[in-house]
Amino acid sequence: MKHQRVAYYPGCALEGTGHAYNRSTKAVGKALGLDLVELKNWNCCGAMEVKNVDPKLQTYLSARNLSIAEDMGFDTVMAPCNGCYHNLKKAEYDLANDEASREVTGRLSSKAGHKTYEAGKVETIHALDWIKDSVGEEGLKTRIKGGLKGLKIANYYGCMYTRPRHIFPEKDKGPGSESTYKPHYMDDLLAAAGAEIVEYPLKTACCGGAHTLSDSDTSTRLVLNLLTTAEACGAEVIATECPTCHTGLEMHQMRAEKVFGQKTTVKILYFTQLLGMALGLSARKVGVHENMSESQDLLYERGIV
Amino acid sequence: MNGPLPTAMERLDAMIAMPGAALASAAVRLADELLAIGEAALESWVRSRGDTPTEAKSEGFRLLALHRQGARGEPSFNACRETCRELVYHRNCVLAADDAADVAKTLRLGAMVTRHLVLFIDGKLENAGLGEFCCSSRPVRQRDAAIAAAHP
Repeated sequence: MKHQRVAYYPGCALEGTGHAYNRSTKAVGKALGLDLVELKNWNCCGAMEVKNVDPKLQTYLSARNLSIAEDMGFDTVMAPCNGCYHNLKKAEYDLANDEASREVTGRLSSKAGHKTYEAGKVETIHALDWIKDSVGEEGLKTRIKGGLKGLKIANYYGCMYTRPRHIFPEKDKGPGSESTYKPHYMDDLLAAAGAEIVEYPLKTACCGGAHTLSDSDTSTRLVLNLLTTAEACGAEVIATECPTCHTGLEMHQMRAEKVFGQKTTVKILYFTQLLGMALGLSARKVGVHENMSESQDLLYERGIV
Repeated sequence: MNGPLPTAMERLDAMIAMPGAALASAAVRLADELLAIGEAALESWVRSRGDTPTEAKSEGFRLLALHRQGARGEPSFNACRETCRELVYHRNCVLAADDAADVAKTLRLGAMVTRHLVLFIDGKLENAGLGEFCCSSRPVRQRDAAIAAAHP
């Protein structure tokens, strides 16, 4: 089975605000018989802070994680956070195409005393690729216990899962591959788990994420439009696959009510939480109580938990 | 909204609040109006960069040509690429639909997509770094660093 056993790079967010995503990802993996082996002594991918100060240092930091995966004998690392996934992909691209990035990574790796990562040794995949490629929709259907009972879901992929397109060479390869224009892997998996997927036209639209603290009103307005559009599409839940998107939607849902007086009721859940419950895991097991968005009443009402 | 596009936002909010029958009865005109609002927003962005908005069309739509013009040398502007394409898609769906309820729903969603485009461009006009970090994978402070380097 492809991707049955992969290296796991949770990243910093999954140890903090995205803890529920971490526990639900692990729980779903276990329920599906998939092995996640966490990278030993992993470091930050370089995320926002380092990338802003020195992009090549960010490439090195991501490359070090890829080097650890290689040392542990893996050719695939799974990163469920869009930011981490994006940064590891970007490092792969930069190391393959930019001599200056190779020079900095080589120099810092020598100084740090570990092997220099070379492009092409380890493939970075997202949690969506991991489940889609290992179990797939048909495999998932055979394991569903209870399912999502027609819960109406809008899937929000955010931006870093598909942009910029050139760092995702495996996407847009025709039928079966993921699309950067209209991603569908989350739609496919949640539909297989018994959800009713609503057509959502803003699935990769900007949420103002990087400006969430410095320019909060812009972010709140963009998120409010994401939420109201999901409700207009008939969605009861927005499914997410990134801790930054998830937290941004939750925070700005509350802020929109407080600052602009506009209340929305659509619930926000990680796709792994939804898959976990469809597989018969309890809401607690997948960390629903850790979300800021209160969705337990809806889940009880629909008989999902 | 403090930016330069409040009139467009007011019009879109009004359109979203219109009864379904009113939307359906003027469907084609309203669908074209959505495209025009999107084009006007993109023109604001292009002008803000000192360029003249193109009159050309891409794939049959000026909206898409304006987006391409706006993204030239500014990859973070691709953050609204899919939003522009969704707007065109909704306009085509309105023209193809027969059922009045479908037309009204499609128009309302089209107005929400347009609202997202206007909000994004308004955000870019206030803070050009919007979309830099994520959609073009560039540091948010790149522009500041370039200015500082040019004027030590």
